Amino acid sequence: MKALELTGSTPAATSPAMMSPVRYFAQQLASRSGRRAACAVMMMTGLGSALAGCVNVTAPDKPIVIELNINIRQEVIYRLSQDAENTIKENEGVF
Amino acid sequence: MSKTVFSRPVGLIGAMALALGGGSMALAQEGRDPAYAAARSAGQVGEQKDGYLGVIGGQSAAVQAMVRDLNNKRRAIYTEKAAGKSTIEEYAFATACRLISQTQPGEKYQAPDGTWKTRGAGAPERDARCP
Repeated sequence: MKALELTGSTPAATSPAMMSPVRYFAQQLASRSGRRAACAVMMMTGLGSALAGCVNVTAPDKPIVIELNINIRQEVIYRLSQDAENTIKENEGVF
Repeated sequence: MSKTVFSRPVGLIGAMALALGGGSMALAQEGRDPAYAAARSAGQVGEQKDGYLGVIGGQSAAVQAMVRDLNNKRRAIYTEKAAGKSTIEEYAFATACRLISQTQPGEKYQAPDGTWKTRGAGAPERDARCP
């Protein structure tokens, strides 16, 4: 569905209430563990300079994406309206 | 469908057939199970704003079980129909907009503030996002 890039120029941070905290922290954790893995690789391949490399944290190559499926959006409701009407007619006993 | 078709010993069966015939005629009109239709018009169950049925007040176990069963069926339909279009909740919500509009006077529906209302002659109170 619709997604906002947290690291992009979109004003995602202006609507924190719309984000799922669990998903947000999961993303944060994922990106951190990604860096740790990168550090581990660097420490294995390099020796002396590897430690300095670990201090320089690089931005994740992919933006952190948060799905905003929680809120029911008016445009979607409008688009589904006729479809919903057909569904009601097809299943008269249930509605 | 006339009783005269049946001979005397099966008079009772004839009456039953008549009753069944009447029942299926009602089904064709409303499409609803008679128990469900009765519970609706009695205000025991109402249309919620989320696309599911709600039990209003303390109702019998039979009514509660019926609502549970219908809501399970509704969820299955919403799940199937929403696939590739929207979330299940969105599809259910869009259906609720229609269902609340289609309530008959005397039937119950849930207003946007969550309270139960009885449908009057005018338009029902619906969510602002309803088309």
